[in-house]
Amino acid sequence: MQDLLFYFFAVLTLIFGFLVVVNPFTRSPVTSAMFLVLSIISMSGLFVMLHAFFLAAIQILVYSGAVIVLFLFVIMLMDLKEEARSTFQGIRLTFSLLLAGLFATVLIGVVLTSGLGAEPVVLTLEGSTAVLGERLFNAYIIPFEILSVLLLVGMVGVVLLSKKNLN
Amino acid sequence: MDWVYYLTPSQEFLVFSIVKVALVVGLLLPMIAYSVMAERRISAWIQGRVGPNRVGPFGLLQPIADGIKSLLKEDFVPDHVRKCYFWLAPALTLIPSFLVLAVVPFGSYLGPEREAWSKMVIADLNIGILFTFGIVSLSVYGIVLAGYASNSKYSFLGGIRATAQMISYEISMGLAVIPLFMLTGVLNLGEVIAYQVEHGWLIWKQPISFILFLVAAFAETNRLPFDLPESETELVSGYHTEYSSMKFALFFLGEYAAMIAVSAMMVTLFFGGWTLPIFGLDQPAITFFGGLLHIMIFLGKVLVFMVLFIWIRWMLPRFRYDQLMDLGWTRFLPLAFVNIIVTAAWLWAQYR
Repeated sequence: MQDLLFYFFAVLTLIFGFLVVVNPFTRSPVTSAMFLVLSIISMSGLFVMLHAFFLAAIQILVYSGAVIVLFLFVIMLMDLKEEARSTFQGIRLTFSLLLAGLFATVLIGVVLTSGLGAEPVVLTLEGSTAVLGERLFNAYIIPFEILSVLLLVGMVGVVLLSKKNLN
Repeated sequence: MDWVYYLTPSQEFLVFSIVKVALVVGLLLPMIAYSVMAERRISAWIQGRVGPNRVGPFGLLQPIADGIKSLLKEDFVPDHVRKCYFWLAPALTLIPSFLVLAVVPFGSYLGPEREAWSKMVIADLNIGILFTFGIVSLSVYGIVLAGYASNSKYSFLGGIRATAQMISYEISMGLAVIPLFMLTGVLNLGEVIAYQVEHGWLIWKQPISFILFLVAAFAETNRLPFDLPESETELVSGYHTEYSSMKFALFFLGEYAAMIAVSAMMVTLFFGGWTLPIFGLDQPAITFFGGLLHIMIFLGKVLVFMVLFIWIRWMLPRFRYDQLMDLGWTRFLPLAFVNIIVTAAWLWAQYR
């Protein structure tokens, strides 16, 4: 049952993720955004399978509840016409492949060195929200704070850029 | 009830979950129908009118007449809409409110048994409150997609307004309840009620949280004074301008279902859920009727909030959109942060 559900959610995540990019039904970016929502909800199903309920809830709350709603907001405000079918040619194709290859290398490297699959990880991920918070603010305080500062920088940057008059 | 003891744990879970879901939905649907009726009667009373009083005794059958009317009307789909989203949107507005109620404890125990099946909550999640916020945050999609699918200017503006408004007030709402969980130390709604039994209702400890949550609840459910997404004077009727018949009725029901869900959350978080601090009603029930009484208390508290929602709608004028955004971002957000910091400082001083 557990395995079955894992494959169910994993396949759904991948299919919806694929549909975000390909979007064969319409060329409307809104549809892509909606597929992204479905993909994220399936992914939070995977977190539930790992008993990481907090992460599952946060995944839905932050990504499908806020981030993608903002995507939709921007898409609608910019009043995009049906996007023309983009063609992959020349320099664009080169850079796309380069970036995708780079990302894939990093991802595969991480998966190979992390020792996943050597033992079942299901039980080690189980824990209450309190444990997660303690971990975050003790062992991983530096990365956590760096990330916060990074987000703050992003926010300040956006506020600065959205001011009409840069002078 | 002997057959209960011969079930395997998973069968037991399945059977009683289905029973509880049926119970909650069975209670919720009439509640929604009669809230619409209450809205019409109370608004009439406030405005010195009579209100609907012709169908049945005191007009009590009015919801049935309304239901039949919306089902039998022509379901007109304009030619210019985006069909898929147009059909999806009404369902997406109704579903989240139902899902929220899955984690709200609506009673203690039915009878003396202290098993999972006799506990009056559908899903006793450890992250109950996060689950509710996650689901509530999804409720914006119905409105946004309705506005987008309708493919008309007024609907579209309504959808855009709804997006901005709900995102803004969701933040205040989320930050408003953080002090509660700093005090209680748990995210499980059942344990929040247990804390309130021991230490008194949280409204007395966190009145600012409650006010923030209440106002954010009005904005989240798109009720006056914050019903900018459907403000009639500017946007015809906003995101559901193009809808007719039962699809329109679903938006209508969705609004009341959301009100009930938010009321249930407020009752649980701030007003002790199914408990009353008199006659020993704050202890889990040991008889069947005691359990029923707890459910009644919970429903009674929810009804008080429903009346408050309706009352405020007919007493206050609508905000302007910039005032709404101003209130959310420059008043509520800082106030919520101050509230968190003060609570943290108080806790620190207490346990130092």
